[in-house]
Amino acid sequence: MADPMVIVDDLHVVYRVYGAGGDKGTAATALMRMLRKQRRPSIREVHAIRGMSFVAYRGDVVGVIGRNGSGKSTLLRAVAGLLPAEKGAVYSDGHAALLGVNAALLDDLTGDRNVVLGCLAMGMSPQEVKEKHDKIVEFSGVGDFINLPMRAYSTGMGSRLRFAIASSKSHDVLLIDEALATGDAEFQRKSHERIDELRQEAGTVFLVAHNLSEIHETCNRVIWLEKGQIVRAGSDVAGILDAYLAASGSAPRFRELREAAEA
Amino acid sequence: MSGPGRLSGLDGDTELAGLATAMAVPEAVGDDQLPDEPLPELAARYGLTRSAARPPLLKYLADLWQRRHFITGFATARNVAMYTDARLGQVWQVLTPLLNAAVYYLIFGVILDTRRGVPNFIAFLVAGVFIFNFTQRSFIIASRVINDSLPLIRALYFPRAALPLGYVLIELQQLMISMVVLVTIVLATGEPLTWYWFLVIPVLLFQAFFNVGAGLILARIGAGVDDVSQLLPFIVRTWMYASGVMFSIQTLKNLAGHHKLSYLLQINPAAVYITLTRTALLKSQRLSIPGAAPYNRHLCTLYYKDPAKHIYDSAHCMPLVSNTGLWLYGVGWAILALIIGFFYFWRAEARYGRG
Repeated sequence: MADPMVIVDDLHVVYRVYGAGGDKGTAATALMRMLRKQRRPSIREVHAIRGMSFVAYRGDVVGVIGRNGSGKSTLLRAVAGLLPAEKGAVYSDGHAALLGVNAALLDDLTGDRNVVLGCLAMGMSPQEVKEKHDKIVEFSGVGDFINLPMRAYSTGMGSRLRFAIASSKSHDVLLIDEALATGDAEFQRKSHERIDELRQEAGTVFLVAHNLSEIHETCNRVIWLEKGQIVRAGSDVAGILDAYLAASGSAPRFRELREAAEA
Repeated sequence: MSGPGRLSGLDGDTELAGLATAMAVPEAVGDDQLPDEPLPELAARYGLTRSAARPPLLKYLADLWQRRHFITGFATARNVAMYTDARLGQVWQVLTPLLNAAVYYLIFGVILDTRRGVPNFIAFLVAGVFIFNFTQRSFIIASRVINDSLPLIRALYFPRAALPLGYVLIELQQLMISMVVLVTIVLATGEPLTWYWFLVIPVLLFQAFFNVGAGLILARIGAGVDDVSQLLPFIVRTWMYASGVMFSIQTLKNLAGHHKLSYLLQINPAAVYITLTRTALLKSQRLSIPGAAPYNRHLCTLYYKDPAKHIYDSAHCMPLVSNTGLWLYGVGWAILALIIGFFYFWRAEARYGRG
């Protein structure tokens, strides 16, 4: 059995949202509130993860599925150490890299600068950066745009470049939150290959995606979340995906696909 | 882990048709079972640590040193990007300090006439403005740096102290350009070029250390509450008026009777670095600062009676803080700020990026 890489032990995550409606939001109401010594009424607590436990092992590519608001992104951010645990804990080896859809790195700098700075920030030496630079740019496929500021990129180009940067180093734990969804078909193929490589380099990858085919092709394990809890988790990817499809009212198809492929 | 890789049994699928029942059913065969060992013990056995635990202080500093290329690269890139939207581009790096100096000269030198009793007021003022500006900008940027860099912080792991450090480095680069402007003004106003000028290098170095240390403290405070970065510009402006940027704390008549207050103003970090820079670059300051000549009560009184006429006689007054004292304070503030700043910033390392 491979070594455990990420252990989630009875994790609860509660986050507080400020400014969620409430008063009229004028200076006068804010002052009155302070005079009356009231707490900000606009703080709302969201109990996003309610007691989750699982273990992910070296070389696992774990797909995380569930409906909107089921806690997928929250789980990834907790594993990355960006959200504190209210109760329980996440144990991991070192630091996880989290790739999200909106995570532009430094959007007023050129793609080229982002490549260099991103690599340096991950702890590469200038020599290593020089060696990997061309490979990263080629992998991202942004072409001539590499010399333009990242704010000029389309969403797809931005996420391609970010994925290219983040995956240029072998991470122990790589968390991908829908970051591949905006890429085109060719990039999705390339990124799947890269995830496979990372897996062979003994990393653990978590992948959040609404595209179930992507999960089916990439992952060897899957976790199905609903309302902040695990419904099912296991290595029977096709089975769990089908169950998820059935639960959300669609026709199951992955098991048939696999059986067809095996036949 | 994970048991048999593929189970083709029809376990569980029918029960899971509806979500409500799905929550209640026992786990299907082939699903993950948690290890029997308690999870914290399993984690300890494989050397896994709590996510978001901060590294030990020494390792943190080593990590930071390892990222030095990132810090310098980040500073340079930001410096270049800062003016990309302006038509004049990098010219603003020189133009901004020049305009600053012109505005202050107009208001304080001409309109309010605080130049009375200060020889070579233009150079005196510009040195004060530029040196204070370095600390001011470092502070204001440091207080926002964590919130401004959230995407980067969330995407990649690196020691977060690299960000305030990088920004102070940007300001240091800007200051170098300002210094070229300052030196031109100093020479143009008739000050001689001397070996004393080399003293500016350690002064600016100490000031940079102080800015880094204090900037780290502000970065942590600013990461938590946004109120700080709203309030900070006002605090810093008040501080500027108290640091003798546009007048001389040492010889101001209104302060002459208030020894305690005057002493406190003179040892405040900004005033220390400003005074040290002025005495290094300006011969007129070296000749006129209290303590520069033997104490002479008569001449000192004459200075306060008519500063314009006896402008260099302030040198005969008794200094509250000696030149050596200023240097000691300069080093002391730098070391104190660095130690407290790093420690304080590092304590919250795991919490940055939560937004």
